[in-house]
Amino acid sequence: MPRSRKPKLAVWKFASCDGCQLSLLDCEDELLAVAGEVDIAYFLEASRAVVKGPYDLSLVEGSITTPRDAERIHKIRRASKYLVTIGACATAGGIQALRNFKDVNEFLSIVYATPAYIETLKTSTPIADHVTVDFELRGCPINKRQLLEVLSAFLHGRRPNTPPHSVCIECKRRGTVCVMVARGTPCLGPVTHAGCEALCPSYHRGCYGCFGPMETPNTASLSAWWQRLGASEEDVVRAFRGFNAYADAFRKESERHEQ
Amino acid sequence: MMGASGIQVGDVVVIERAHLERLFDALRQRGYQIVGPTVRDEAIIYDLLRSAEDLPIGWTDEQEGGYYRLKRRNDAAVFGYAVGPHSWKRFVHPPALRLWRAERTDGRFRIIEETETLPPFAFIGVRSCELHALAIQDRVFLEGAYVDPVYKARRSGAFIVAVNCGQAGGTCFCASMNTGPRVTFGFDLALTELLDAERHDFVVDVGTERGAELLGDVPYRAASDAERAAVDDLVAHTAAHMGRTMETAEIKELLYRHYEHPRWDDVARRCLTCGNCTMVCPTCFCTTVEDVTDLRGQRAERWRRWDSCFTLDFTYLAGGRVRASAKARYRQWMTHKLATWIDQFGTSGCVGCGRCITWCPVAIDITEEVRAIRESESTGSAPSPGKEQ
Ligand code: SF4
Ligand code: SF4
Ligand code: SF4
Ligand code: SF4
Repeated sequence: MPRSRKPKLAVWKFASCDGCQLSLLDCEDELLAVAGEVDIAYFLEASRAVVKGPYDLSLVEGSITTPRDAERIHKIRRASKYLVTIGACATAGGIQALRNFKDVNEFLSIVYATPAYIETLKTSTPIADHVTVDFELRGCPINKRQLLEVLSAFLHGRRPNTPPHSVCIECKRRGTVCVMVARGTPCLGPVTHAGCEALCPSYHRGCYGCFGPMETPNTASLSAWWQRLGASEEDVVRAFRGFNAYADAFRKESERHEQ
Repeated sequence: MMGASGIQVGDVVVIERAHLERLFDALRQRGYQIVGPTVRDEAIIYDLLRSAEDLPIGWTDEQEGGYYRLKRRNDAAVFGYAVGPHSWKRFVHPPALRLWRAERTDGRFRIIEETETLPPFAFIGVRSCELHALAIQDRVFLEGAYVDPVYKARRSGAFIVAVNCGQAGGTCFCASMNTGPRVTFGFDLALTELLDAERHDFVVDVGTERGAELLGDVPYRAASDAERAAVDDLVAHTAAHMGRTMETAEIKELLYRHYEHPRWDDVARRCLTCGNCTMVCPTCFCTTVEDVTDLRGQRAERWRRWDSCFTLDFTYLAGGRVRASAKARYRQWMTHKLATWIDQFGTSGCVGCGRCITWCPVAIDITEEVRAIRESESTGSAPSPGKEQ
């Protein structure tokens, strides 16, 4: 449809490794098409040119870990018509949310020579804990095919196809043999949100839970089965304390096994 | 009627193991793409086969709830295993399929229909339970008001080389479901493997003209009475050694009496709502449809993918999800398989292949769940029928 002007896209970074933004650059062939359809107004990873807001679509990577960022995200929200968070940091707090389970001051004193210079929050939290989010795209990192799907859906006013069911369904569709049943390898796939196309099981590894909890995760039943396969309480805690450690269902399960 | 080979439908002949490759050659010469069992990733799966040497020669499996292990046999049996994680459903009802594409040209949309031209399949090693599953899918896809053209094209030309099971798997219960282990219909050729210190042969039942014609290219001899008897003995032995059993008497009424039963809560505590059971089930047929567009809005595609009644989106309607709880979803699945399917299609939706038991990551066992509900009636622990919990 002819549009009077191209929608303005901004890509924002908070506490993160940049991996999800890189997925956008990684789109290579499709990147030109993206640039053709949207005005990339703010994307420091790709270009220094900055176009001022407001923006039609903001993609937000990273979690909130400092007082400054906790303010900055509100400004971005105000300047954005749609705000979509991308990746485990933005949607669940990321691997840095491991601090939430401990006293952050202890980390500071161990890691930094002069902890007094560090201004940080006690927790790493997802963007949705601070502002209203229109859509969350899961993954650590996100799947570039899903990112293009979200952008296409946004451009054409439809709901993105990013199903929230288990990884197992993707595993079975591609015909991968279940590593848990056929090898006894513990796998988080049954409680994990689809999106990676069951990458790890296709390489004979258990799922690491990169896409966070699926729609109705029965973590207690899966943990009990892992333990029958030989996993210890500690193994279970460690498995749920990954990139999505602070996602509700995973957090509760790891805490249950820590007691 | 005599085929070109001099064999008739209903004849029983013997092919030596050494001549199995000739059967493959004959199928290939007639333009079939041969699909059958092969060892991959620690399991016996179904895929395209280049030769009879790709078959799982000398392999078997050990199966239990949530447990499958590929094992070496101490002989060179070709079909000495029970059904694995794949079913023929993958080939006749593909897991992901583009239904059509559309392009925008001059401000208008043009639909581009998918034209799939595949060589016909030859399925090797199809078990009795699987023939029953195909027959059930035929009823679903071919016999209603709406025929599925993709299924029809892939299914109707398929040449079926069936196999009588020489041993039941640890989760098999076809004998309970009256779906096996003896192959009784729906095959072009049905093989029974006879293997001992002296011999390695296949006794072959000829099911169709097409099967008889094919044997014109394969060396064979007539089967003796002793060989026919050996087939009966083998199948009887398999039937007597099922890994699981299920009492099916009035099963529909049983389940209809117990929509509210504490066992559903019990299974819901264990069920992961992962959907594996439905994906591996050879009769589960549900799909979802996804529409995708490209970034520029010039192209659109409609895809069909396997779906599962264990997902929330499956019952998403305006206003919410009809089956939100795990209890409602497991109950829906099991009651559909064993009871409502009978009302809907005139047969059970379960053929007793055991896949849902083996491939459930937490070993939920449909035979156990039925047993628990049935036994609660006699022990008096069942809630009285019709009374809400
Ligand atoms: S390998 Fe993991 S993700 Fe795949 S079916 Fe098994 S449990 Fe599910
Ligand atoms: S269920 Fe019966 S027919 Fe199917 S594989 Fe097992 S023994 Fe064979
Ligand atoms: S319900 Fe289970 S045992 Fe029955 S046909 Fe399906 S997978 Fe096989
Ligand atoms: S019964 Fe087993 S395979 Fe089926 S959804 Fe529940 S946990 Fe998954």
